[in-house]
Amino acid sequence: MSVLVIAEHDNAELKPATLSTVAAAAQLGDVDILVAGENCNAVANTAAKIAGVGRVLKADALALKTGLAENVAPLIVQLSSGYSHILAPATTNGKNIMPRVAALLDVAQISEITSVVSADTFVRPIYAGNAMATVQSDDAIKIITVRTTGFDTAPAEGGSATLEDVSNITDAALSSFAGQELTVSERPELTSAKVVISGGRGMQSGENFPMLEKIADKLGAAVGASRAAVDAGFVPNDYQVGQTGKVVAPDLYIAVGISGAIQHLAGMKDSKVIVAINKDEEAPIFQVADYGLVADLFEAVPDLSAELNK
Amino acid sequence: MKVLVAVKRVVDYNVKIRVNSNQTAVETANVKMSMNPFDEIAVEEGIRLKEAGTASELIAFSVGPKQSQETIRTALAMGADRGILVETDIIVEPLAVAKCLKAIVEKENPDLVIVGKQAIDDDSNQTGQMLAALLGWSQGTFASKLILSDGSIKVTREVDGGLETVDLKMPAVVTTDLRLNEPRYASLPNIMKAKKKTIDVTNPEELGIDISPRLTVLKVEEPAKRLAGVMVEDVVQLVDKLRNEAKVI
Repeated sequence: MSVLVIAEHDNAELKPATLSTVAAAAQLGDVDILVAGENCNAVANTAAKIAGVGRVLKADALALKTGLAENVAPLIVQLSSGYSHILAPATTNGKNIMPRVAALLDVAQISEITSVVSADTFVRPIYAGNAMATVQSDDAIKIITVRTTGFDTAPAEGGSATLEDVSNITDAALSSFAGQELTVSERPELTSAKVVISGGRGMQSGENFPMLEKIADKLGAAVGASRAAVDAGFVPNDYQVGQTGKVVAPDLYIAVGISGAIQHLAGMKDSKVIVAINKDEEAPIFQVADYGLVADLFEAVPDLSAELNK
Repeated sequence: MKVLVAVKRVVDYNVKIRVNSNQTAVETANVKMSMNPFDEIAVEEGIRLKEAGTASELIAFSVGPKQSQETIRTALAMGADRGILVETDIIVEPLAVAKCLKAIVEKENPDLVIVGKQAIDDDSNQTGQMLAALLGWSQGTFASKLILSDGSIKVTREVDGGLETVDLKMPAVVTTDLRLNEPRYASLPNIMKAKKKTIDVTNPEELGIDISPRLTVLKVEEPAKRLAGVMVEDVVQLVDKLRNEAKVI
């Protein structure tokens, strides 16, 4: 069986999400990688070095530069014959493009798999990870997105794939790229951060969030919030961790002044280590915390900041 | 301009879900059901387009069991004009929903379809993209801002690294992200008024659509439980544990 992996990149660098996806794909068969972009030679060369990759297909055209689903999906469909599975990381790119591919092929998509059971059976979280579903697909070709936290990364070095150019690229002329505003924060992004510190209603005001930011900067962490803190207007909506916000699984999650509503727990309970700081010892957050501290956050957070300096 | 929004009846986001005893599904009997939160945002956006005079009619669509009428009724109480239900008791997959939507789109000819980016039950995040593919339309996923102009729509998208803006040729499919708007609550007078609005009911057979599932759910399980943690005395002990026991900082 042959598996095609869609590379995640920005035309300059191959993103690590690709390596996790290759690791998932390697459990299914021989792995080829598609690098679709513009002026993406360097990415294709990096992809060719990933251990276990047979061929790198490079599709280089202006129409593919910004990853528009309307242009990338038909290209993947054109390349799909001969593959039993097509996998992409469950990044916003992968999530944007792959369902379009699946519909064009008239097959189901299996979203955000966290493990491979067999060639046609996969495990994926549902209800924001509050249940795990094992699903089997009857479709001739399996279109899959991969939750990268579920897999190790394939070794970035050691492979020597052959490079092939793909031609016949067309611009569907349905959409065009108009600009981007990438977050300039020194802090990492919530969904990919190794450490996340989040504040809840207990923070009392948005003016108190810089306390958390200080700690975030010391730990290289991202700052998040509970829905209660967002609804109270302390911080913007894109801080929200939870079932209706972002789902995170960092190595360390620090919940400050968060009671632990179900909808918040759904978004962070796969974190490796959870710390909870809350003055209410009955708060449900303590039931999922590895380390709990019953304390007034307005004392504990400055203390924590000082202690981390030592 | 006509706008179509799709709404799904799901387990309310505040409910702690339970897997049923034979591990085949999540228990939905006697559980509070509500409109998928991302779909509420879609309905709200449609209403705002109407209030701005951009949209002339707003149609709320759903696929699902008879009770999905309640979900459509909620959309009507918020401000949608009429509803369409494709009734079925089969648990529909996103591809099947997209096919039902396509059939309705071909009848109603909306210029814009707005759907939630994902449903909080199956977390698929597929329907909007699939519908756009089946119709050959442009797609603006994970939208946090829409600006409509003649024949095109500027969509600001929430992407992993920040925001991206795309220009879409109309007609288009847009899927909503959290920051697009804050959905309103239906007022009591509007809830009463919504009772008089029409909901047309059809079914997949009438539309000539095969909605049989492509995936078989073999098992549904609770995720591995977290081991009980420990309480620490103070910040000094906490930092010590994080450094030397958990080794995460």
